[in-house]
Amino acid sequence: MTRSNSDRKRPRVAMFVTCMVDTLYPGVGMAAVELLERHGADVVFPENQTCCGQPAFNAGYRDEARRMARHFLDLFGPLVDKGEVDAIVAPSGSCVAMVKHFYEVLFEGPGHNNEQRLVALVSEVTYELTQYLVDVLGVQDVDAEYGGTITYHPCCHLLRELEVDSQPRQLLASIKGAEIVDLPAEQECCGFGGLFAIKNAGISTAMGQRKVESILQSGADAVAVGDVSCMTQMNGLLKKMGHGGRVVHVAELLNGSTPRTPERQ
Amino acid sequence: MNIDITAPYQTRVRQALADDNLRTALERAMSRLSEKRAQAVAAIDLQRMRDEARAIKEHAIKNLPELLEQLERNLIANGCQVHWAQTADEANEIVTDIARQRGVRRAVKSKSMATEEIHLNEALEDAGVKIVETDLGEYIIQLAGEPPSHITAPVIHKRAEDISALFQRELGMRPTNDPAEMCAAARKQLRSEFLEAEMGISGCNFAIAETGTICIVTNEGNGRMATSMPPVYVAVMGIEKVVPRVEDALLLWQAVARSATGQEVTVYFSVSSGPRRPGHPDGPKEMHVVLVDNGRSRILEREYADVLLCVRCGACLNACPVYREIGGHAYGKTAYSGPIGAVITPLLADDPKTAKELPFASSLCGVCREVCPVKIDLPRLLLDLRHDLTKLGTPPKYERAAIRAYSNTVEHPGRYHRLSKLARWFSRFLPTNKEGDLTRLPPPLSAWTQSRVLPRIAPRSFRALWSDRGGKDMGSSNDG
Repeated sequence: MTRSNSDRKRPRVAMFVTCMVDTLYPGVGMAAVELLERHGADVVFPENQTCCGQPAFNAGYRDEARRMARHFLDLFGPLVDKGEVDAIVAPSGSCVAMVKHFYEVLFEGPGHNNEQRLVALVSEVTYELTQYLVDVLGVQDVDAEYGGTITYHPCCHLLRELEVDSQPRQLLASIKGAEIVDLPAEQECCGFGGLFAIKNAGISTAMGQRKVESILQSGADAVAVGDVSCMTQMNGLLKKMGHGGRVVHVAELLNGSTPRTPERQ
Repeated sequence: MNIDITAPYQTRVRQALADDNLRTALERAMSRLSEKRAQAVAAIDLQRMRDEARAIKEHAIKNLPELLEQLERNLIANGCQVHWAQTADEANEIVTDIARQRGVRRAVKSKSMATEEIHLNEALEDAGVKIVETDLGEYIIQLAGEPPSHITAPVIHKRAEDISALFQRELGMRPTNDPAEMCAAARKQLRSEFLEAEMGISGCNFAIAETGTICIVTNEGNGRMATSMPPVYVAVMGIEKVVPRVEDALLLWQAVARSATGQEVTVYFSVSSGPRRPGHPDGPKEMHVVLVDNGRSRILEREYADVLLCVRCGACLNACPVYREIGGHAYGKTAYSGPIGAVITPLLADDPKTAKELPFASSLCGVCREVCPVKIDLPRLLLDLRHDLTKLGTPPKYERAAIRAYSNTVEHPGRYHRLSKLARWFSRFLPTNKEGDLTRLPPPLSAWTQSRVLPRIAPRSFRALWSDRGGKDMGSSNDG
């Protein structure tokens, strides 16, 4: 047992960076770390972290997902249990939803007492990035600048599983120089859906094309999202259709690390 | 209809996605229905209505055997004949026997999903009974020789232009796209059918146990005519439609109307509590109620009882982004499409593998759960069915192998790092555009790159950047 939570002046956050951010978008992870540090948290990165298991769970492979979840719990559980961290924060609505809502599904029933205890412990203190910034750290103004128009696409898991919506919008509205514009039919799914994007590529693409039309209609220079998976879908389509990938993770905008014209990245 | 509902799933989806008229029709109708629903539920305490509606249905499903017995007793006391059918075939036999014994040659039917589910029309036609659908939407698709593509809006897949062309061909109507004129043409035809029919058939929205009453909700009044004009009336209902009290049916009626079409209530609420009695000027001479199980008890025994709460309002279809792209026929030879159809079709089937693709036809966006008036957690049920189906081994073998290999990797951070490095190295040999995004991946990932690009694995991972920065690891020992 190290120092207890109350002894620390600054809350200590364990960053769960997610496998997609780790391998495809490390800049998003760094932006998240910088934001947390700037707004009063100490960040640690448990290096043995990998994936939360969501892809396997959503595809119906619960035995496999359970093994991945157990790895997550074995790593993060003791940190929370021993009071070494106060929170687990991830820059992803869907990975947080996996931990907070679906781990308990994986460990339902008898014979999982230890996991059930860890799930309860961990899910209690796991937050999506903007949720943690606003609800726990009390951030109202991020002190970032962006010289263009921004719109916000609420990713489905963030919106409907976690019911996190006002937090990212409030933070985006505090960006200096940015004009926030509406995204038509903003609550419609972008069509990513994990393996759905592969197994039902035609439907996924048709859904995504509608989102692309909305994005173009909004005229926004940047579309902020809370999940890099949805960002991959939208940018993948935008770029293929020759419109430039203007979807960015909300952390990059809030951290001021987004160039004026993201499509030229 | 350009979709062959008996073709394999991927073929049906391809046909649907290629059908521009279908997508125009869906676009027009679905945005209107969703807007009207949004207005109708904004006018009330929606959460309270959902809580109350769910409580009623939950109570009914929990007490199903007792309520069904009470319903049967009261129906019989009202002079009805009650029949129990374990399977679709049994239900069809019961109805065709009733028709045969009374020499029925012509029957009219009010819109009913239960009879679509059991394919009653085919059974009656095989028995030599001409059956005419009297709901306007159902009438249109019967003329076209098509099955319904939506729970409450069976003809949602057709544009007004398509219906006009059909009426010109089948009814000799003059060219027009005016809905009122088309409706008048159908009404004229249907009037004589009502007068000549020897048997009327309906489904059932709610069956009230305490009074022995069958309720149907419609907007056209055809239901009232089909259930009261012909001498024989047969109601076909799924056993989950029973509710204890009159006020339960009234509350659910509003929940259905607001969710389905954005109405406060439907135009008609037709109740039948038995055949004509001495002194009554009209009404059927005989009334039969067929209680259909057809897989429902089996659902109840498993962990899927929540789907039996469904009141068949179709709100989840109207909100579903997948349904909007493909419509109902792409879900195959089933009465139920959209999110509820993707759950209930494999559950009702004797072999769930016959609808093995449907639970995967969802991005799990969750909007269906948000609009459901009885708060069915459809995404959760889809996830549970996916689990069942993967256990049955329905997905391709390579998928299981890949997921298994992935989980073996994820469990061991060392392997995970090596795999990331390998992928980074390998991705250097894949074709890219000038921005460096991957444009062509090998199968099965080619399904992604056909319409999308994918970023290359980053030159340096987050963990590498973190270690450059001298950041803290787990803070397990050095917490300073």
